[in-house]
Amino acid sequence: MSDKVSRRNLLSGAGLTLLGGLGISALSKAQGAIRASGGNFDVGHQHETGHGNAMMIGTVDHEKNGFDPLQLLTDWDYGKVSTLPNGQTLREYQLIAVDKEIEIAPGIFFPAWTYNGRVPGPTLRCTEGDRIRINFVNAGTHPHTIHFHGVHPFEMDGVPGAGPGQLNVGESFVYEFDAEPFGCHHYHCHAVPLKRHIHKGLYGAFIVDPKEGRPPAREFMMMMNAFDTNFDGANEVYAVNTVGFEYARRPIPAKVGEKIRLYLINMVEFDPINSFHLHAEFFNYFDHGTTLEPTLKTVDTIMQVQAQRGILEFSYRWPGQYMYHAHVTEFTELGWMGQFNIVPEAQFEDALAAAGLDAEWDRRATNGFAIDNMPEVEDSEEEGEE
Amino acid sequence: MSTESATQPKPSSNRFSGLTWVFALIPLILLGAVLAYLVATGGGLQDLAGPPVEHVSIERIVLPEHGVVEVEVINDGPQEVTIAQVVVDDAYWMFEAEPSNTLPRLGRATFTLPYPWVDEETHHIVLLSELGTAFEGEIPVAVITPKPSSDLFMRFGLIGLYVGIVPIVLGLLWYPAMRQMGRKAMNFILSLTVGLLVYLAVGTWLDAMEFAAELPAFWQGVPLVVFISLIALGALLAVGAVGRGSERTPLQLSYLIALGIGLHNLGEGLAIGAAYALGEAALGTFLVLGFTLHNITEGVGIAAPILKHNPGIKHFALLALLAGGPAILGTWVGGFAFDPVLATIFLAIGVGAILQVVWEVGKLVMRDSERHNESALNWLNLAGLVLGIAIMYFTAFFVKF
Repeated sequence: MSDKVSRRNLLSGAGLTLLGGLGISALSKAQGAIRASGGNFDVGHQHETGHGNAMMIGTVDHEKNGFDPLQLLTDWDYGKVSTLPNGQTLREYQLIAVDKEIEIAPGIFFPAWTYNGRVPGPTLRCTEGDRIRINFVNAGTHPHTIHFHGVHPFEMDGVPGAGPGQLNVGESFVYEFDAEPFGCHHYHCHAVPLKRHIHKGLYGAFIVDPKEGRPPAREFMMMMNAFDTNFDGANEVYAVNTVGFEYARRPIPAKVGEKIRLYLINMVEFDPINSFHLHAEFFNYFDHGTTLEPTLKTVDTIMQVQAQRGILEFSYRWPGQYMYHAHVTEFTELGWMGQFNIVPEAQFEDALAAAGLDAEWDRRATNGFAIDNMPEVEDSEEEGEE
Repeated sequence: MSTESATQPKPSSNRFSGLTWVFALIPLILLGAVLAYLVATGGGLQDLAGPPVEHVSIERIVLPEHGVVEVEVINDGPQEVTIAQVVVDDAYWMFEAEPSNTLPRLGRATFTLPYPWVDEETHHIVLLSELGTAFEGEIPVAVITPKPSSDLFMRFGLIGLYVGIVPIVLGLLWYPAMRQMGRKAMNFILSLTVGLLVYLAVGTWLDAMEFAAELPAFWQGVPLVVFISLIALGALLAVGAVGRGSERTPLQLSYLIALGIGLHNLGEGLAIGAAYALGEAALGTFLVLGFTLHNITEGVGIAAPILKHNPGIKHFALLALLAGGPAILGTWVGGFAFDPVLATIFLAIGVGAILQVVWEVGKLVMRDSERHNESALNWLNLAGLVLGIAIMYFTAFFVKF
């Protein structure tokens, strides 16, 4: 009798103990869960940049990256300038394809293929009618080319089967043609598979100034791009000039009342349409930049398909931090959003300093035309204006 | 010579001489040396290291209040992972990581986001690592995660009462009627019990597998269920076998059935509580009605072995508590502090316990048939078995969601 009682008690005792233990651990876990909640957030607090908590955390080390998005806006590459016997201006540029890991958002690294170690590649700038010579070296790990959006002979088209075709690792080639038509153009790799070669960062701006120039303005180059970090055919980080939310972290300084000109290029892969929306002002739009009259007047939102580009011209009446971003809102929240810091003339120097920029940056922005940046040549009829 | 004496066991003397200890320790020392070498120098295998392999799992997402999302993450991959950014519904969002956004192997972290989640809507969370790998999680239906409050305690307790205790008590109340049955009818009822236990075993097994499949890889969830079930089955069989000359008493059998059913009901309570916490359960009266019908047969099953020997009201109360009480406990735990690992383990124990009871009750029927020189697998018993499974299966239509 005592035998059976003890066995029964053992069973029920064991069962109850198990359940009791489970209960105790459950309650303690519940306590822990509640303690962890309601952290150190003031849920209603608005972040300084004015869009609440919809932000990335941290900053990007531009020195380690090798390029600074604020500098990319204005660092036109005029090439090595000389004059040909027939009087034509010759500009020689050096482009080297090289692999590089870059930081595209705070803490997120991307294995990029680059021209000259930066994404986007150098902004090649020239005047319509100049002779362009690009010395291209493939120091990467896959075959590459350079394909220009412009008018040129078939051998210079930079596609497989044209001229040298794809340049293998270690090979080099000199692309040469006349720069036409004037406008805001670009170049990119045309090796196959095409999506991957473009998406991994082999693109850059190619700006051809009209001979008669354009009205004076503060000019910026903006390349809209995006990165698919896990290679699933969809982009995880969107940006303008490569680093997500960079111009929201460091707004671009400009003056009240001055004309601002954007050379805006769309190189976002995988998404059919990108767009640009400007806050609080309207702009004139020059599709492809190939006309001196606007193709769209007084608009505040335009769309660009991939490889489409254009010139925007606008000015701000009042000071403030004005946003600009894709109106494909998904891109906006994934990094394609920036701000202009419009300040009165008197405060502009301080604004430059606060952004870590100098007078040289200011000069390049306002005096960027290739024709105004010719080197001093002793025996040439043209003299550089400074 | 001393070596030989050390290795030849003398029953009455201490075998472990000093030399044996030395022999036992040498491999351990060498192991330590090999490990130290590998850690210090990489062992010459650096070239085989390969590209980084990152994996983290989102264990749980808690919504403690409006405007706050907590994501509990475990690193179940082979190497350290740093989560650089967090995306909610395709928008990067601020976050704080506790203790750190760098998770070592098997490390955990909680990411707290001040995100204004919307009631009853779906939200998708993506964690982006340093290398750009994306790890996804989902809030299927956003509701505030239940916090232990006396009100909610009572409500969950009530659910457990309706789901566990009430049906079993009702089933037990058939006892006086069943006592009047003849031998063949009793075997029918016992076969019915086996049928319902088989249904419960299969159901609990599948529930355990469902939880196990979601566990991080290092838990080896599916093998874990197999092992725990086997261990529980073996342990219970052994407990029964230790020191008993005769067979189990009927009351012991009833308690064993009650234990097995109790563990199954624990699992049911866990599932109900967890579903409620995730906003996936409509805990209306319809659901409770369904459970009452579904679990009433369990009371019959518990009463079946003791039809011949009335153990007294105290034991009936204990049996009902053992079988039905865990449903209350399960609902509390599932609603407030759900842990998928513990849920998997307890359900696996339940499978073992139920299988052990199936064995015992089956033996009972077979022994009785032997004693009366007839086959255990006659039409009446088979009908009982099938009816047991059928009743459980069809009443479950009301409770499976």
